[in-house]
Amino acid sequence: MAQYYDKQIETMPREELVKLQSERLVWQVKRTYENVECFRKRMDEMGLKPEDIKGVEDLHRLPFSYKSDLRDYYPYGLFATPLSDIKRVHASSGTTGKRIVVGYTEKDLDMWGECVARIFTGAGIGKDDIVQVSFGYGLFTGGFGLHAGAEKVGALVIPMSSGNTALQIQTMIDFGATAICCTPSYALYIGEEVEKLGVKDQLKLKVGIFGAEPWSEEMRLQIEDKLGIKALDIYGLSEVLGPGVSYECPEQAGMHVCEDNFIAEIIDPDTGKVLPYGEKGELVFTSLTKEGFPVIRYRTRDICSLNVEPCKCGRTHLRMNKPQGRTDDMLIIRGVNVFPSQIEEVLLKVSGGNITPNYQIVVDRVNNNDTFDVNVEMSEAFFADEIKSIEKTEKLISEQLRSMLGIGAKVHLVNPNTITRSEGKAKRVIDKRKI
Amino acid sequence: MYITQLSVFVENKTGRLSEILDELTAHNINIRALSMADTEKYGILRMIVDDTLKAEEVLKASGVIVKNTPVIAIDIDDTPGGLGAVIAKLSANDVAVEYLYAFLAKDAPHAKVVLKVNNTTKAEELLK
Repeated sequence: MAQYYDKQIETMPREELVKLQSERLVWQVKRTYENVECFRKRMDEMGLKPEDIKGVEDLHRLPFSYKSDLRDYYPYGLFATPLSDIKRVHASSGTTGKRIVVGYTEKDLDMWGECVARIFTGAGIGKDDIVQVSFGYGLFTGGFGLHAGAEKVGALVIPMSSGNTALQIQTMIDFGATAICCTPSYALYIGEEVEKLGVKDQLKLKVGIFGAEPWSEEMRLQIEDKLGIKALDIYGLSEVLGPGVSYECPEQAGMHVCEDNFIAEIIDPDTGKVLPYGEKGELVFTSLTKEGFPVIRYRTRDICSLNVEPCKCGRTHLRMNKPQGRTDDMLIIRGVNVFPSQIEEVLLKVSGGNITPNYQIVVDRVNNNDTFDVNVEMSEAFFADEIKSIEKTEKLISEQLRSMLGIGAKVHLVNPNTITRSEGKAKRVIDKRKI
Repeated sequence: MYITQLSVFVENKTGRLSEILDELTAHNINIRALSMADTEKYGILRMIVDDTLKAEEVLKASGVIVKNTPVIAIDIDDTPGGLGAVIAKLSANDVAVEYLYAFLAKDAPHAKVVLKVNNTTKAEELLK
């Protein structure tokens, strides 16, 4: 039998749901207009007044918002409440060195917890369960997001954070974890270690909640087999909420968007025109209830489609399929967002000049772990007569990349003019992962 | 004697070294001495050529990363202890040797050594 955290909301007839969205949209547009300069300016430029927006049917008239806004108004410029009402911030990497910051009021944190609680309840996790949260805790939204939802459903939470696989497995066994939350590639890695150790029969895991990076159906089957669990996909991004924007129910047939809190649209990334349900395009979100950091028509750059057909689980909230690509050059490596421009920035800084050395990012997946190599063409700025100075330069680039991205890359200095160029432009990214 | 050495970046890949050597041959440049410092991923080819300026120019034009470095070339007795005496003199005067390589000149009674030191002027003075 399907289980709901908030049955009335989760199974609300669509007509009523749209009515609720309309009321909330009108409220959100009005207060965002009053409190957020960036949005107000765009509305004014378009000659649009908040009162022109009467419901969901007017959504398409509103201006888009972009990731670059978060950089331009860093750190607090897009917050819609006084800072004294903000209870917490989270941050993630932006397209360049500057991080992007989002804030949550008490009510926002509560709403977030409820969205995540729906994931757990849907997955059959409740007060008798023990949830191991192996997403990172910190500025990243993963750890705290899942943690709050697991607490909301009354589960016992193990705030494990990421890393140290041997300890992860030992903890799972000793504490009797029944659910695990982490990135899918890490889950598969844990699964392989479990297999090597031959301890699968000591695990009490029933279900896994995985997200923050793309993964395939084949990976899902492998994880399910190796850990003896049902593996569910979740989706989220800090700008909109964090984990819990959408999630799979046990039907595993698309991720239900928490539509009482977020409106999803699919647009043509080139023209900005709204596309009908079922068509593939760029995913755009509007947050309806978020107070601290609301977004109106936020361009996620993720490519997917929406499905409004009723789901067997009884939930009426529409489903999005797994994102199938990006409209920009963002890479997700080990769950972390990486933009080529960030690498450029580091190389520029290390070379101390104003010419960016030619470089190439090579990503692959070996034994279910993402490998991340950066090839940099040797240039006058990096070359020295002695091995130790070149090694120092290599090390400096590695360190700077780690501090910029939060993950390590292997740096290789290669001969000039050896990085593939097509039509004079170097191919910046080679992603060999088959996902 | 103070001379100019060319240092060239060479990625550890088949054919990279011969590309550089071919380029020099094509321009009729003769290598008098050379050494290769290498790591797992790349090496530095250090050489003394008969026409340094021309060599630097043609290598740069062919897209090779090249740098010139002042080094000292000295004659040492081709007998046991010949090199030891030179190094001892330098270290006694706080001149550190970064690297060195030796070569034999045609029909000469002396062995020749190229030295890269942290203070070229001082070393030159000492070894006069």
